[in-house]
Amino acid sequence: MKKAYLLPLEIFGIILALIWLSPFYLMLVNSFKTKKEIFSDTLKPPADFTWANYVQAFKELDFAQTFFNSLIITVGSVVVIIIFSALAAYALSRVKSKVSTVIFFLFVAAMLIPFQSVMIPLVTIFGQLEMLNRGGLIFMYLGFGASLSIFLYHGALTSIPKSLDEAATIDGANRWQVFWHVIFPMLKPITVTVAILNTIWIWNDYLLPSLVINADGMQTIPLKMFFFFGEYTKQWHLALAGLTIAIVPVIIAYFFAQKQIIKGVSDGAVK
Amino acid sequence: MKKGLWYWAFIAPALFALVAVVVAPLLLGVYYSFTNWNGIEVKEFVGFDNYLKLFDDEEFIQSLKFTVLFAVVSIFLINFFGLGLAMLVTAKLKTNKLLRTIFFMPNLIGGLILGFIWQFIFTKAFDGIGQAFGIESLQGWLSTTTTGFWGMVILMSWQMSGYIMVIYIAYLEGISPELIEAADMDGANGWQKFHSIIFPLVAPAFTVSMFLTLSNTFKLYDQNLSLTGGGPYNSTQMVAMNIFNTAYKQLDMSYAQAKAVIFFLIVAVISLLQVYWNKKREVEM
Repeated sequence: MKKAYLLPLEIFGIILALIWLSPFYLMLVNSFKTKKEIFSDTLKPPADFTWANYVQAFKELDFAQTFFNSLIITVGSVVVIIIFSALAAYALSRVKSKVSTVIFFLFVAAMLIPFQSVMIPLVTIFGQLEMLNRGGLIFMYLGFGASLSIFLYHGALTSIPKSLDEAATIDGANRWQVFWHVIFPMLKPITVTVAILNTIWIWNDYLLPSLVINADGMQTIPLKMFFFFGEYTKQWHLALAGLTIAIVPVIIAYFFAQKQIIKGVSDGAVK
Repeated sequence: MKKGLWYWAFIAPALFALVAVVVAPLLLGVYYSFTNWNGIEVKEFVGFDNYLKLFDDEEFIQSLKFTVLFAVVSIFLINFFGLGLAMLVTAKLKTNKLLRTIFFMPNLIGGLILGFIWQFIFTKAFDGIGQAFGIESLQGWLSTTTTGFWGMVILMSWQMSGYIMVIYIAYLEGISPELIEAADMDGANGWQKFHSIIFPLVAPAFTVSMFLTLSNTFKLYDQNLSLTGGGPYNSTQMVAMNIFNTAYKQLDMSYAQAKAVIFFLIVAVISLLQVYWNKKREVEM
């Protein structure tokens, strides 16, 4: 009796999944068409299959450089966020005091502040300090990203007994050594979550980098994409090839790490 | 465990970044909103002038209305689809892993890029289907306020339902199969099981999902920029975009900052109320 409804449900699920994928399908088939063919029919597979759109889009996007720019910013920011959030969360969870409570509350409360509310003074201040560059951007990501990361690390640290730190201290280790050799390795699952959540956010972020590093040679994928799209807005064959190029690395990464990614997102939201 | 130098050394980098990047700009922003700051210098203190101007700013009021309506409709649809998808993929389907992977996929891609893809779907593919089958309502999408609104709702529902699904799955999988079996034995039907067992047990998921959908829809900028660009005639412009344009297109810095402060207050109050209500409801259930 239980199995009877499973087959229709299975078919329904597959149809729904195809609907979900249809935007990607349309993007992909049309990216191989000529300008004229997109104009006459958007739904059919390409009759004259062409790579020419990709060759031109790849060049115009300066994709190797642009991809590298995104990579530096994302990896740099995520590493900085992991190191300093873990350290801060460790101190805040191990020293129970009013000061710790207030600082922890400050980090958590900051999650309620929308970016647009601080955007204008932030860019002005950093502009005056001549910090509108990659280093400045990574520092900003630490400021915006530390809250959630500290919150997650703090939650995980409460389940690691203090006696562990004390045992290591008696063996002659100082705080720095205790943290890196004993505690940080035990935080690995939450570090993966923190890394995944921050990577998805920073890799795809548009507004903040558009205000900080919007110069030739520094632009990340979303920035270059916006510029590229503006240039080719009436030329969908090129625009779609460009969009596909931008998406492919993400889909490849997803293919290899989907289990960790979905688990990371789930843990990040539920904990 | 005395608080020592190590304590401050461990906290300092993150705290300094938070203060420099969030706290100081927020406080400075509040100050600027009471002046005629032009982005470089403050000439004089103007009291509540910037805030009073807001009441006569039809474009800002329109963007606020649009944002609220968009957020309400999207939050409802995203949670409805998110829970629906979660129930679908936690049924014992052969394809459930694959389905999860597909439904979640849009969330890995930036809102800016998703908006561009859907711009193609709405303006070109919809047009094509509309012409082929003679459906007039599929033509001319994104050229009116209504189709721009629903275009954004469709885009966000498509994107975020899979994210919210993941959260509901975590709670649904926490429901023990024995509980459902016991209900089956007592002769409970599908609706009774949903209403009396599943719904109360996923209530905490609502708190998290509502918070995430609220903050993501209310503060939306990227998708708004790439899908409609605020058009036609700024009628689909959301608050975030209105603030950005006031500051960086009209270069009216102190006025934009007053909008930004109001925006902060609205977001903070709604978020706190929402968490408070949901926590209360969870306890009562």
